[in-house]
Amino acid sequence: MRESHTGTSSGEGWKLPGMMVRRVEREVYEIFIGPQHPGSGHMRIIVRLDGDVIVEADPDIGYVHRTMEKLSEVREWLKPIPLLERMTIIDACNITVPYVNALEKLMDKSPPPRASYLRVLLCEINRVASHLYGFGIFGVFLGHSTMYMWAFGDREVFVELAEVLTGARLTHTYPIPGGVRRDMPQDFPEMARRAVRYMRRRLEEYRKIFLDNPVIVRRLEGVGVIPRNLAAELGIVGPNVRASGIKYDVRLVEPYEVYDELDFEVPVFEEGDALARTWVRVEEIKQSLNIIEQAVDWLERHKGEPVIPKEDFDKLPKLHKEVYEKTGRVKLLPAHASMKIPAGKAIARGEMGRGEIVYYVESDGGTTPYRVRVVTPSARNAVIFKYIVPGHRLMDLPAIYGSIDYFPPESDR
Amino acid sequence: MKAEDVKTLVERILEGMIRGVEIRKGYVEVVVDLENVVEAARRLKEAGFDHVKSVTAVDYPKESKIRVTYHVSSYLNEELARVIVGLSVDLPRDNPVMESLTGIWRSAEFQEREVYEFFGVTFRGHPDLRPLLLIPELAEKRVLRKDFVVREESIYEGVPHRYE
Repeated sequence: MRESHTGTSSGEGWKLPGMMVRRVEREVYEIFIGPQHPGSGHMRIIVRLDGDVIVEADPDIGYVHRTMEKLSEVREWLKPIPLLERMTIIDACNITVPYVNALEKLMDKSPPPRASYLRVLLCEINRVASHLYGFGIFGVFLGHSTMYMWAFGDREVFVELAEVLTGARLTHTYPIPGGVRRDMPQDFPEMARRAVRYMRRRLEEYRKIFLDNPVIVRRLEGVGVIPRNLAAELGIVGPNVRASGIKYDVRLVEPYEVYDELDFEVPVFEEGDALARTWVRVEEIKQSLNIIEQAVDWLERHKGEPVIPKEDFDKLPKLHKEVYEKTGRVKLLPAHASMKIPAGKAIARGEMGRGEIVYYVESDGGTTPYRVRVVTPSARNAVIFKYIVPGHRLMDLPAIYGSIDYFPPESDR
Repeated sequence: MKAEDVKTLVERILEGMIRGVEIRKGYVEVVVDLENVVEAARRLKEAGFDHVKSVTAVDYPKESKIRVTYHVSSYLNEELARVIVGLSVDLPRDNPVMESLTGIWRSAEFQEREVYEFFGVTFRGHPDLRPLLLIPELAEKRVLRKDFVVREESIYEGVPHRYE
């Protein structure tokens, strides 16, 4: 860059708000993007530029690290559930179900079918909300403020559904080992069906204003292409890997809960670019809506079935039983909080909105976990910045960032 | 594929270098000696285990060892996608050093950095071994080892009784 570009008339350095520029060597510049909220949360990408072509990108993450793994070791078995869901409050059920599954594997316990269906129902509501959140952020990145407003507005429909079901908009702490904490309210199925009908119509409008918008298509098509083999090599997850032609969805390859009883498809695209990743999300929302309908149908047909195992119910005192039978709420006993879990090692995986989450849980037979290892989808997607971004122009970075739906709090744990 | 079949498969792939195979809940764990770990990883990769799901380290101060487990699975082979294999190696706690497997599994790169900062395990041959999530001063403390104890602070800790 020439001298005239690096100085202003007042003699001060050339600056953009939020960006720090310094000359590294001839023709190569280093730009620090972030850590103040480049769009979705606190992380920094250090990019080195030749002209406006990125030659190197280094994702500098960890600004919102909250010691989830360490804190899980010093609290009783149930307490990591409300802690871990703080990683992705919008996807709270999806992120805790595999942890609960891991505990259930260690305890040799399985939830009654109604509890499994309720978990799946909330997981799919979360998945739609998570994708809509991603769309909103994507809209911000691309300067498409209508998409941002629409997606965040429509997300509210599903956040409210979750609230009616669990009592909390976000961070529901819904699944517990052996069951769920609350049964479905009477009027819930009708609400859910209305939300599904509404969302199907909205997706059509999204297509018109966003996905088929020539400006958006030009910014996304052929950008950030991840070939099939590279996607496998980098170990990326979720819609990103399915947009590269790999049919991998935990709900399909290792069905947990009742996903093997439900009828749904796993959308796969071959192109591997930012546009394909966006389309995968739209198609997944459609599938989730189908699953929500199937789940509420099943739940309506099986009214009155238990949501916790019989042996747990029998242990409850009279008052707790009354509350459970009248309102459907499960009031936990102190014994639940201080329970011991047989020694062993377990792995459980699940499919969150953003991709696969893996929990490794080890017990030494005590009242707290010996070790909890959690690998979230965003943690595995962070590597995309390093290997896919170089070679693109700087203006493509927001398009790639938005299209992989990277979420720093989830990645940093 | 049943867990028993996975065990047989792994025994065949890693023939001659296994110190122990065990069926755990949700995966099959195979322990190899430190000097065999690169060769074992190479054979697993050739057999179709193409990515690492988690590089998991666990500290066992009583046995004075740190066990590092690579939980691997497959994307491109649909049969193997259903299973998870844990490739484990035991490292001495006072000097945990092992060869990096990033050259074999690119997906291990960031997670090895994590194990490095949280447990102090050094991966020889790693392309870019520096802390990922923590600041260097905190990484020095090896915070996920068992001897780093989380102390609860009271609300008023450090607040003087009277302001002068």
